[in-house]
Amino acid sequence: MTNTNNIVIIGGGHNGLVCAAYLAKAGKNVTVLEASEEVGGPAATREFAPGYKASCAHLLNLLDDGIREELELSSNGLSIAKENLTTIALAKDGNHITITPDSVEGSGLTAEDKAAYAEYRRFMTKFAGIIGAMHNLVPPRITTDKENLVPMAKLAWKVRMLGRDDMRELLRIGGINIYDVLKENFDNPLLKGALSLDAVLGTFSGPRSNNSVFTALHRMSGNNSGAAGAASIPAGGMGGVMQAIAGAASRAGAEIRISSPVKRILMDGMAVSGVELENGEQISASTVISNADVRTTILDLLGARHVEADFARRVSNIRSKGNAAKLHLALDGLPSFAGLNESQLGERLVIAPSVEYVEHAFNHCKYGEFSAQPVAEITLPSIHDRSLAPDGKHVLSAIVQYAPRELGTGWTEGKAAFSNAIMDVLETYAPDVRERTVATELLTPQDMEKEFGMTGGHWHHAELSLDQFLMLRPVPRSAQYKSPVDGLYLCGAGCHPGGGIMGSAGKNAANVILADQ
Amino acid sequence: MRTVNFSSDHYKDAVFPSPFHSRQKQHNQLKEWTRWADYLSVPAYWCADMEYFSGRNACGVFDITPMVKHLVTGPDALPYLNRLMTRDVSKIKPGRVGYSVWCNEAGRVIDDGTIFHLREGVYRICSQEHQIDWFMTNMLGFDVEITEDTHDVAGLAVQGPTSCAILKDMGLEGIENLTPFGLTYFDFEGTELMVSRTGFTGDLGYELFIDPDYAEVLWDRLFAAGELRGIKAMGSEALDLLRIEAGFILAGVDFLPAMEAVRPTHTRSPFELGLGWLVSFDKGVFNGRQALLEEKEKGSRYNLVKLDIDGNKPAKDSFVYVKGGKKIAGTVTSAMWSPSAKASIALASLEAPLGQPGEEFEVEIYYQRELKWSRVMAPARVVKDVFWNPPRRRQTPPADF
Repeated sequence: MTNTNNIVIIGGGHNGLVCAAYLAKAGKNVTVLEASEEVGGPAATREFAPGYKASCAHLLNLLDDGIREELELSSNGLSIAKENLTTIALAKDGNHITITPDSVEGSGLTAEDKAAYAEYRRFMTKFAGIIGAMHNLVPPRITTDKENLVPMAKLAWKVRMLGRDDMRELLRIGGINIYDVLKENFDNPLLKGALSLDAVLGTFSGPRSNNSVFTALHRMSGNNSGAAGAASIPAGGMGGVMQAIAGAASRAGAEIRISSPVKRILMDGMAVSGVELENGEQISASTVISNADVRTTILDLLGARHVEADFARRVSNIRSKGNAAKLHLALDGLPSFAGLNESQLGERLVIAPSVEYVEHAFNHCKYGEFSAQPVAEITLPSIHDRSLAPDGKHVLSAIVQYAPRELGTGWTEGKAAFSNAIMDVLETYAPDVRERTVATELLTPQDMEKEFGMTGGHWHHAELSLDQFLMLRPVPRSAQYKSPVDGLYLCGAGCHPGGGIMGSAGKNAANVILADQ
Repeated sequence: MRTVNFSSDHYKDAVFPSPFHSRQKQHNQLKEWTRWADYLSVPAYWCADMEYFSGRNACGVFDITPMVKHLVTGPDALPYLNRLMTRDVSKIKPGRVGYSVWCNEAGRVIDDGTIFHLREGVYRICSQEHQIDWFMTNMLGFDVEITEDTHDVAGLAVQGPTSCAILKDMGLEGIENLTPFGLTYFDFEGTELMVSRTGFTGDLGYELFIDPDYAEVLWDRLFAAGELRGIKAMGSEALDLLRIEAGFILAGVDFLPAMEAVRPTHTRSPFELGLGWLVSFDKGVFNGRQALLEEKEKGSRYNLVKLDIDGNKPAKDSFVYVKGGKKIAGTVTSAMWSPSAKASIALASLEAPLGQPGEEFEVEIYYQRELKWSRVMAPARVVKDVFWNPPRRRQTPPADF
C-alpha cells in the first residue's frame, strides 16, 4: 500500500467530481482516480480532429443550481457560451418550427396548437417539478420508521398538492407513452415529432414505448438557471463544466489523479480496504465510492462473489442498452440549412419530422439494426465558442439515434454504413454538409462503452424508467448510495436521480457518506 | 436412465423407473408406486412398520436415486459453495460429507442437503428439490461448472445395525474403518463404488453411489450378502418414521422451501428450524447473511422443537396450545408413535420465544376408534435431545452384528 487516503473515488465523471468536492469541503481526505487523461468521462471536451474539439455530452440542461452555487462553479471557471437555446424542428422544405419554453412559432401551426403548447408546457413543467424536487433527496427506504416515512409522505403530499385535476392527469399519463399524450394535444406532425424526441433521447424507447412521458418529464426536471428543460451550451464544451467542478474539488483539497484506471476494489474481510490500479499500485481506503456504472462496479471491480447472489442478479439485470450515437463533424465552414440564418444555426436543431418517423427509427434497433433514417439533436457549438474550432471553421455535434449497442452485423462493418445513413439524412436538410466535412467522428454506444467504461454505452448508466427510479435505482438494497459491502458507495448516474449533467447523485452520495462517518 | 434428452416428447416420460426398478418390483408385494421427484418410488414394499424395524434392528435398503444430485467442479468450487451455503464449506475436507442449508436474500431456507467433498475441489450436492436454476444463478462471477447428474448416479441407502457387516461381507474391505460423515471408494465389478457413512435414519448406515448400469448387480450382491443379517427393502413410509425419530427435518413437510412459497412469511430461517449451528457468520458473505444477522439481533419468529407427548396417539397435523388450551403456540409438522422411544413424538413449529427445552404444552389430537372420532388435549413437553441417537451411530469400527 502506497497511500493512506481515507476516501477514494473511482472515476472522475461529473458525479464523482461533485461528490469529491462536497467531501473535500467537509474536510475529508479524497482522491479521485480517473482512468483517462482528462476528467469528465463522456462530458470531457476532446480533440476529435486536429484543431476541432467536442464533448459527447453537448447540452447542459439539468445541472443543479444548488450545486452550482455551493461549489461556486462560476468562480471556478464555469461559463455559459449560450443560454436558453431555442429548439428548431427542422423541415425539409425550410418551414421550420421554433420552440421556446414560452411559445411555439412556425408557418404551419394553428392557433389551437399554439394554445395547446402553452397548456402542455404548463402541466409538464408542473409535473417535472415533482421529479425535480426529488433530485436532492436520498431515496427513502420502504420501511415503517419515521426517517423514511416522512420523506415518502412529503412526496405523496407534493403530488396531492398538484390539485385534483392535475394530480389525476399526472397519474393518468405518468407511466404511459408520449405518443398518446402528444396525439391528444397537438395536430402538427413536426411539433409532435420534435417534442417526442425529448422523450426518447438517450433511452431504449420510442415514442410509443410506455414510460416515455416519464423520460420527457425527467429531461424537464432540472432548474439549470432557467426554464424547465432549458438547454445551454457551456464554454469550452461540456469539458468546461467538468474543469469547473474539478477546480472546485481541487480547491477544496481533493486530489485528482488522471490516467489512473482502477483494476479492482480490494476487500479486507467483509469491508473494502482500497483499490488496485491497472499498474498494480494499491491505494488503501476505508471508503471507496464508485462513479462507474453499478454493473461495472459490482460485477467487474468488486466481483459478484462479494455480494449475495440475489443482489448480483439484480445488478446484472439492470437495463442499460445504449442507443444513442454521437456524431462529430469538423466543417471547413458553416453548412447551409434550408431556411435557417446563421444565428438560428447556433440553436438546438432537431431532426424528428413526425412521431411516426421517430417510432420507425426506433423499430430498427429492436431488431439489432441501426435506423435507416435516424433522428438527431444537432448543435454547432463553435458558433458560440470559438475555442472549439480553428478560425472560420466549425464543429457540428449531434446525438443520433438509434444505434443499438449490439448491431446484428457488428459495428466494425456497420459503422461506415450508419455514418452514411446519417449524412444522407443531414444532407436533405443541409445539402452542403458533406462537402463541408473535413473530418468525421462517430461514436457508437459500443465505442462509448469502451472509451468511458459505461456498460452498454448508456448515458444514464442505467435506463431511466419508473422501474429503475427513486428507491428502485440502481437496484433495491443499494438505492441509498450504499452497496451491501461495508465502505463501498455508489455515486454515478446509475443511482437516483440518474444521468444528464446534473450532479445530484454525487451530491446525495456525499451527504450519505458524511452522515455515516 | 441417463441424462434426459429433452426432446419434444419428453413429457411422455415425466416419471422414470429407477435403475433398481426391476429389483424393487420383485420385492414390492403391495404393488404400490409413488412419485419422488423424477422417479417412481416405493411407499412400502410389504409393511411400513416391519420395514421400519428392519431399518432399526437389522438392515433396511432404500433407493435414493431420485434424490436430486449436482456435481460442482472448477477452480472456484469452494468459494462458490461458501457463498451459496450458510455453513463454512472449507471445513468439509476431501473425503468428508456435511449437512447444510442454503438461503435466499431474506435468510429463508431454500432447501437442505448434503455436500459430498468427493475429491479435492470436486463436490456433490444432494438436495430434496430441484436446484439447478438457483445454483446457476449463483454462478455469476465464479469460475465453476455445475451439472445436475441425478440420472447418472444410482444410489442406495443401506441403514441399520447390520449394515456394516453386510457391506463387509459384500467385499467392501475396510468399510468398518469409515468414520461418520466420511466417504470412500471401492472397485466394484469393474466400476467405482462410492460409499459414505451417512443416512437419514440417525443410526449406523451407509449410502452407496454407483453408475446406473451397475445398479442391479449392486442390489443383487447386497441382498445376497445380507440374507442372513435381515436385509430388507425399505419404502419411504418407513424412512419417514426413522427420520422423525432421528429429528431430521424434511423439505415441504417441516419447512416450506423458499422458492416454492407464494406466501414468503410462511418460510423459515435456519434459526427457526433449529439449524443455527449451520450458520457461519465469520466466513465472509453468503446468501442471507445480512438478513440472518438482523434476525439474530431482533430475534426469530419461530422455534422448531421436539415434543414428547403423553399417551400413544400420533399427533398428526395437530395444533399445539399453551397450557390451558386457549392460546395456540404453533403446529405439529411431523408426528408418530415411536416404537424405539416408546413415546408419541413430534416435531413442531412454535411461535418464538415459546419452545424452550422443558416447556410444557398441550397438543390437540383428533383420533378415531372404529370410525368414532375423539379429541384429546395431550400434555407435551419440549425435549432437547433427539428421540433416537444410539452410540453405534458414531462407533468406529461398528460392532459386528
